[in-house]
Amino acid sequence: MSAIRHIAVHVFRESVRDKVLYNLVLFALMLMGVSYLLAQLSAGQEIKIIKDLGLAAMSLFGLFIAVFIGIGLVSKEVERRSIYALLAKPIRRQELVIGKYAGLVLTLLVNISVMTVAYYAVLGVMAWVNGSWFKPHWEAPALDPALLKAIAMIGLQLMIVTAVALLFSTFSSPMLAAALTIGLYIVGHFNADLKNFETVVDSRPVVYLARAMYYVLPNLAPFDIKAQIVHGIHVPAGLLLLNTAYAFVYIAALLAAASLIFTRRDFK
Amino acid sequence: MFAIETEGLSKNFAIGFWRPRPYRALDSLTLAVEQGETFGFLGPNGAGKTTTLKLLMQLIYPTSGRAEILGKPIGDVGVKRRIGYLPESPYFYDYLTAEELLGYFASLFGYDAVDRRRRVSTLLDEVGIGAERRLPLRKFSKGMLQRVGIAQAVLNDPEVVFLDEPMSGLDPLGRRDVRNLILRLRDRGCTVFFSSHVLADAEALCSRVAILVQGKLVAMGGMSEIHAFHVRGWDLVVGGLSPEVLLKHTGRIRKSARVAPNQYALELPQDPTPDILLRDLMAEGAYLISLNPMRETLEDYFVAQVQKQQSR
Repeated sequence: MSAIRHIAVHVFRESVRDKVLYNLVLFALMLMGVSYLLAQLSAGQEIKIIKDLGLAAMSLFGLFIAVFIGIGLVSKEVERRSIYALLAKPIRRQELVIGKYAGLVLTLLVNISVMTVAYYAVLGVMAWVNGSWFKPHWEAPALDPALLKAIAMIGLQLMIVTAVALLFSTFSSPMLAAALTIGLYIVGHFNADLKNFETVVDSRPVVYLARAMYYVLPNLAPFDIKAQIVHGIHVPAGLLLLNTAYAFVYIAALLAAASLIFTRRDFK
Repeated sequence: MFAIETEGLSKNFAIGFWRPRPYRALDSLTLAVEQGETFGFLGPNGAGKTTTLKLLMQLIYPTSGRAEILGKPIGDVGVKRRIGYLPESPYFYDYLTAEELLGYFASLFGYDAVDRRRRVSTLLDEVGIGAERRLPLRKFSKGMLQRVGIAQAVLNDPEVVFLDEPMSGLDPLGRRDVRNLILRLRDRGCTVFFSSHVLADAEALCSRVAILVQGKLVAMGGMSEIHAFHVRGWDLVVGGLSPEVLLKHTGRIRKSARVAPNQYALELPQDPTPDILLRDLMAEGAYLISLNPMRETLEDYFVAQVQKQQSR
């Protein structure tokens, strides 16, 4: 456990010192600024636009962090041969995989936290400019605590994407790992269509194949509750719990696969 | 119990993408290294030295055979606590300083913060990294990285240390420092297993050596036991020697060359007592400048072995 903690802290330090990370946070904050400017052009809808754009920006920049740092976690160590000295230390290979994952999740959480604070600050300023925390024609209050539910789901979704990136980085090149991860992220949002493939195709084998893929590929669409939250629609706690349980089980399976591949790999 | 023991250790690598065929990088290596020994693992580039070290560190897995370190199977986490490893041309994290890197590795050994700081500071002093220890490693030269690599290899006071080409990239001063460090490790009772393609390093440090050529062990023993390294003559340089005196002793000299007025470089045949001729020359007014044994170089030996392997 101690080794995992030290490796995770090391990954966090690496990410924090990586200038790309600062740029991403800066871009996220800039986007929120742009959303504020856009809001000036849309009378009465500014709070909703800021909520929409802010959540979308968090999702997008979180995705960049998860993919581009996630794929480098293992492949960079192997490419630069820093892994040789590291694996000679008293650690197991699976501890390295889990430690790396934990470190990147920590980085993601810190980033999402920073973005959340900035997000609420922008919303707070807008509400203050409007002179009210809630207006009847708004669907939800400006500083709606329910936004945290959407942010939590973004966080869980990114944790799955990070585990996918880590899995690919244990056996493929960084470019291929990035392409595969982004591809899987996109497919993950349309995964539900695979479940009902029989309505589109007659062939039984294709339907079975689609059904199998539905269970194997990540199902990310249920995590996207941004629209409901922004429109003030209630999201049941059951869905949030189910999503959380699904995310943890899926991440555990991905990390087990990544550990298995990494443990058997030769570092030539 | 041996410090290191291998039995029939072999490694194949697959070559080619569409129709991969095996390439044998290491072929049935069987050796045993006693505890406290300084063991030189010699061979030309591509002989399989690094492959062997990677197998012992379990960075790669053997195709066949087995290996043990301190009586335990390789890869055992308990054993990893008791060993150190310097990879060939080590590379570390660009954004960390030398202090931070060693601190990180020390934390993986379970040292507490106070012990970590003390160890890191002492070791960096020992390998000659001064104020640079607070600079990011990306600003380090190859030689400085090698010194950091050596420091991380001995961070845990290892019982067995594996050094892959430890002198590589070092200037003469650095080579001397590393040599002294290996001697200190030896004096402390640490087993040192190091690979090199430089015979002089092995001569200065090793109690025993093994020679690997094209993945096969071709010789193992004390330096003096390996026939290839027996003295095959002497290189004597003397001053104050007149041509007349030289002429008198021509029968005892294989070759002579004048290097300065009354100064000659003489090649003497294989003779266990070159001092007799030297004494005779000195009696006639000559004085000694240098006397060195002439051996087949490791390179000569490698070339001969490679040719032998290829002719099979």
